[in-house]
Amino acid sequence: MTEDSVWRPSASPAALKSRAQQLAFVRGFFAEREVMEVETPVLAQHGVTDVNLDGVAADVSAAERKGGWLQTSPEYHMKRLLAAGSGSIYQISKVFRNGERGRRHNPEFSMLEWYRVGCDDAALMVEVADLVCDWLGCARPAQVSYRDAMLTWAEVDPFEFSDQDLRQRCEQWLEPAQIAELDRDGCLDLLMSFAVEPNLGQHTPEFVVGYPASQAALARVSVVDGHPVAHRFELYINGLELCNGYWELIDASEQRRRFEADNQLRQQSGKPGMALDEAFLSAVEAGLPDCAGVALGLDRLLMLKLGARDIAEVLAFPFERA
Amino acid sequence: MASYSTNEFRSGLKVLLDGDPCIMLENEFVKPGKGQAFNRVRLRNLMTNRVWDRTFKSGESLEAADVIDQDMEYLYTDGEFWHFMLTDGSFEQYPADAKAVGDTVKWLKEQDVYTVTLYNGAPLTVTPPNFVELEVVDTDPGMKGDTAQGGSKPATLSTGAVVNVPLFITIGEVLKVDTRSGDYVSRVKGN
Repeated sequence: MTEDSVWRPSASPAALKSRAQQLAFVRGFFAEREVMEVETPVLAQHGVTDVNLDGVAADVSAAERKGGWLQTSPEYHMKRLLAAGSGSIYQISKVFRNGERGRRHNPEFSMLEWYRVGCDDAALMVEVADLVCDWLGCARPAQVSYRDAMLTWAEVDPFEFSDQDLRQRCEQWLEPAQIAELDRDGCLDLLMSFAVEPNLGQHTPEFVVGYPASQAALARVSVVDGHPVAHRFELYINGLELCNGYWELIDASEQRRRFEADNQLRQQSGKPGMALDEAFLSAVEAGLPDCAGVALGLDRLLMLKLGARDIAEVLAFPFERA
Repeated sequence: MASYSTNEFRSGLKVLLDGDPCIMLENEFVKPGKGQAFNRVRLRNLMTNRVWDRTFKSGESLEAADVIDQDMEYLYTDGEFWHFMLTDGSFEQYPADAKAVGDTVKWLKEQDVYTVTLYNGAPLTVTPPNFVELEVVDTDPGMKGDTAQGGSKPATLSTGAVVNVPLFITIGEVLKVDTRSGDYVSRVKGN
């Protein structure tokens, strides 16, 4: 990139046109299904507690409040709308994740998030497949459990292997001193990223389901074959992670407990704790309807549509040019 | 010494790894949506030229290596060292040993300018410009009529480098050569 060309978009005119068509397609898809489009704040008072998600702090001073965070996802606000009786809703929004930049990441990206009242994870996966396959013209996704994917591609059993055995398996990528600092989920994430992901969805799109309960985030947990697993799913196409969905947790005290556990993990890894979003917790307490929700990366969906190798090919201005 | 955190990693960065200066060739950021982020990095060890693949957890950092590239004019060799001089007007000289000069020795012409990479102030590598112009000191006689196409023959240049040239090239001509491939490019007119 030379000084002369820095003002230019990194996406081609054809990619920009395809982006516009994709937005129209998504809006048409939900209009037909009578799901209401909503807008919630991108700038809010709270960030998320997730240990692996770093928000972008904002320096706002307004309404007698200071600080603020650019949102990593519209989840909490959308759930407040659900608790207030909105019914099924969707949103196309910009979300922000600090430190994330690579072939598949930009610190600001476009997220499609939607919630279906009265649905569980299985029902929502059907709708995700409808949307993705209609747009991409791809085959209907197959389904693989997190455990089978790990067994096949990383040769580990995420539920049965000891921490010791998992760490040993990571030696292909990391030095012993680096591995010593990884917890169990850190080891699983490493294996997922390097051994498993590149192989997922290569022949046909693939849903991964049945994540370990420790990676449940905001999903419900059930016991399957004696192991607690999260009602969480992700869709992979050509090794690209496209979306993350949950049969949503509606138990307020469990939700609070998970936030507090997140903050403990943050403390252990030297990250500042995050104030809990009490407005969100109050909404869950007041009663979140039974629902399933999913967040889908629109920039990545467009990458698949166009066969792009780098997210910069589908963004008008990636962060270096923004 | 400064250090670079994973979110500052980029190709071209010079860092210390296992005590050796390395240059980052590729940096790939990977992260499952809700999971731990890693950087998969490809580096070339500037001491050994070996390429390493290493993985770093997001937030890890590497010490910066005191490695800088400087334009220097090649002066002469005393048999043990090849002497270079900064072109910035300081006339400061640096002796490079055979290891630093490496294969570049066959492109070294006095008064030409080369990129000398300094590590902790001493020459680590010497890189020639992409194209050099050198005189032919030995080659078989040219063949009449062979001006456009046909075979090739070896020619020895003033620095000792041997390149394949078209049959019409004769001793005393100055050639433009691509140092990256070692290929003949063209004759240099006006000599």
